[in-house]
Amino acid sequence: MSVTPHMPDHPAALALARRHSLRWWESLPWIAALAFFFAYPNHLGFGTELLIMVLFAISLDLALGYAGIITLGHAAFFGAGAYTVGILAHHGIWNEPLTGLALAALVAAAVGFLSGLVLLRTTGLTFLMLTLCTMLMLEEAANLGHHWTGGFDGLPSLNIPPLFGVFEFNPLIPKTQFLYVLGVLFLCFLFVRMLAYSPFGQGLTGIRENTLRMHAVGAPVRTRLVVCYTISAAIAGIAGGIWAQANAYVNLGTLGLDRAATVLIILVLGGFGRLYGAFVGAVAYMVLAHFLSKIYPTAWQLGLGLLLVVIALFARGGMLGIGEVLMQRLRPKIPPKEPASRPSP
Amino acid sequence: MLKRILAASAALAVSTALAGAQEVKVGVVLPYTGIGAEFAQLIDRGMEMYLKLNADKVKPYQIKLIKRDAKNPGGNDARVATQELLTQEKVDVLAGWVYSPNAIASAPVVNAGKKFAVIMNAGTAHITQMSGYYARTSFSMWHAGYAMGEAAAKQLKAKTAVVGYTDFPPGKDSLNAFKRAFEASGGKVIDEIPMGGAGAVPDFTPFFQRAKDKKPDVFFVFVPAGDHAAAVTRTYGALGMRQAGIRLIGPGDITQDTKLQAMGDAAIGLITMHHYHADLPNAENKRFVAEWKKAYGANAVPDFMAVGGYDGMALIMHVAHQLKGKIDGDAAIKAAGTFKFNSPRGPISIDPDTRDIVMNEYLSEVVKGPDGRLMQKVIGQIDNVKDACKAQKIAPCK
Repeated sequence: MSVTPHMPDHPAALALARRHSLRWWESLPWIAALAFFFAYPNHLGFGTELLIMVLFAISLDLALGYAGIITLGHAAFFGAGAYTVGILAHHGIWNEPLTGLALAALVAAAVGFLSGLVLLRTTGLTFLMLTLCTMLMLEEAANLGHHWTGGFDGLPSLNIPPLFGVFEFNPLIPKTQFLYVLGVLFLCFLFVRMLAYSPFGQGLTGIRENTLRMHAVGAPVRTRLVVCYTISAAIAGIAGGIWAQANAYVNLGTLGLDRAATVLIILVLGGFGRLYGAFVGAVAYMVLAHFLSKIYPTAWQLGLGLLLVVIALFARGGMLGIGEVLMQRLRPKIPPKEPASRPSP
Repeated sequence: MLKRILAASAALAVSTALAGAQEVKVGVVLPYTGIGAEFAQLIDRGMEMYLKLNADKVKPYQIKLIKRDAKNPGGNDARVATQELLTQEKVDVLAGWVYSPNAIASAPVVNAGKKFAVIMNAGTAHITQMSGYYARTSFSMWHAGYAMGEAAAKQLKAKTAVVGYTDFPPGKDSLNAFKRAFEASGGKVIDEIPMGGAGAVPDFTPFFQRAKDKKPDVFFVFVPAGDHAAAVTRTYGALGMRQAGIRLIGPGDITQDTKLQAMGDAAIGLITMHHYHADLPNAENKRFVAEWKKAYGANAVPDFMAVGGYDGMALIMHVAHQLKGKIDGDAAIKAAGTFKFNSPRGPISIDPDTRDIVMNEYLSEVVKGPDGRLMQKVIGQIDNVKDACKAQKIAPCK
């Protein structure tokens, strides 16, 4: 915070003023997604799963990467969204896709708000355990509430009407699903990007870096954390809801530790707190897992494990972290260097 | 020279075209990793054992197995695998499915793909009704549960029973099947005890104590095949339930052949109802078990999952022969209805109305064999059992 307003051409001031402007490479993920759509029509089922995972990872990035809320139970919100869409559609109450998504976001946000209100009084390991417990309790509730949730077998063959009343969801060649998910992902990403660069987002980063100091400057730390957690839950709920719509079914797999751990691995792999870590991590993890398991159905996890070990050992900032280090090496070293690492508390 | 090259390439083209016409591509969706990896291996070996032992029946077709990992019971991986087998690999037949939720999740894709699909394990009763292209060569939970209910009342002369079940759909299926048959035959189920989920093996002591306190004639237990079963027999022995005059009975999942030896002497006296175990005395099974040991080691033993794969492959070959290698989904389902086969589990067929298997059920008791190893002795048999859930139109099989 050493920037003074009367020095508009100071490098730090320029960097701050330009921090939210769009860069040319930010269009690449979207171009790649559209290219994928036209180039690999037979891989769209996998592509849809991939995009939903990106969306889910982005929601986690908001909580984990920006606010520093380390959670192991994020699938609770994914599942809440998925089951909202599933239960409403299965019991014939509501099945229109877009409004269904809004409802999924609402329910997940409610779960996030209520659990956040209580759980965010704790931090660190306690919080980690409590998020895990919340998720497992929801999973068991979904297992026991057989009449509503279908239990272990889930709710199959949901009746999801065409998108905008025109575009059918074809289970074999999921073109509609892919574009639908891509559109929703784009909107959610724009929102998260805006949020991350807003004063609110900067405040979150401040809380992550130094909670005590944020308290000292008078920031409402707990309120900010609860709001962030709720928004993150809502986006996870959208990811879950769209998953249920794209697959036309929902089961306990949406709520499990498996999913919560996978999304965490993806985010750490890609690099958290970087907006694009979710894209890089999800693509790297899922593409590798998908194609390795095709070639070696029994031993593919070995290859994936090796990659994770290498990343954990040599690249703490994830794959994007490696990129940043390389860029810094390549850049001419004329200006006086700011300390590369974040200031310690 | 040029002529010779042209002639050679033409010959090559003709021969590949011929080979292509005779090749049958089978897409296999099984959980090759994770907790189900052991089951996937058994089914896989079952399929390959059929191709090996019946090479003459496979001719002139060439079976190409394209394997995909279903990973977990979450459903989405199995669904994507099914999708890609249909759209990318253009398979003629689909096969596999260990977990019921995976078969349920894949049903809409199978419907849209219009390809013949053989379920080789997943046992929730109503799955076969979710797609008209599904046929099942494994079992429905009702096969053994219903037969056991009748046998418990008639053959074991039990008047009262307590049911303990793992609290997930196959467990509830098993409970419903047993209860309906047992009470229709004059018995009474005096307590139903849910015993935790399928994910982890619980401590069975409190559940079993509750059952013991009720003093039933028989204690019917359903737990998933695998590690649950060993814990069941251990707890049964530790609580002295046999001495208290309570017989432990259940479907064959609790005496899975691959786990039987590890259960120890506590398992002696256990009575199960199932369509297959490796000690069935028929000639076909003796050959099957001998070949299995030859291929996979003296201690290896096939079980009901392996037979599900074996018979599934037999069904696929039957359909291939009937349709002369052109396996169209609708025609294949019709052809499957004429399937009759002498399996290691005895004579089997596919019910043309429900596309589910019709087979014998065997009442067996665990005894100590002459070589000191545990084995199962057949003490009763019911022929040509259909899935009672569908035969009697019980919800959700309507």
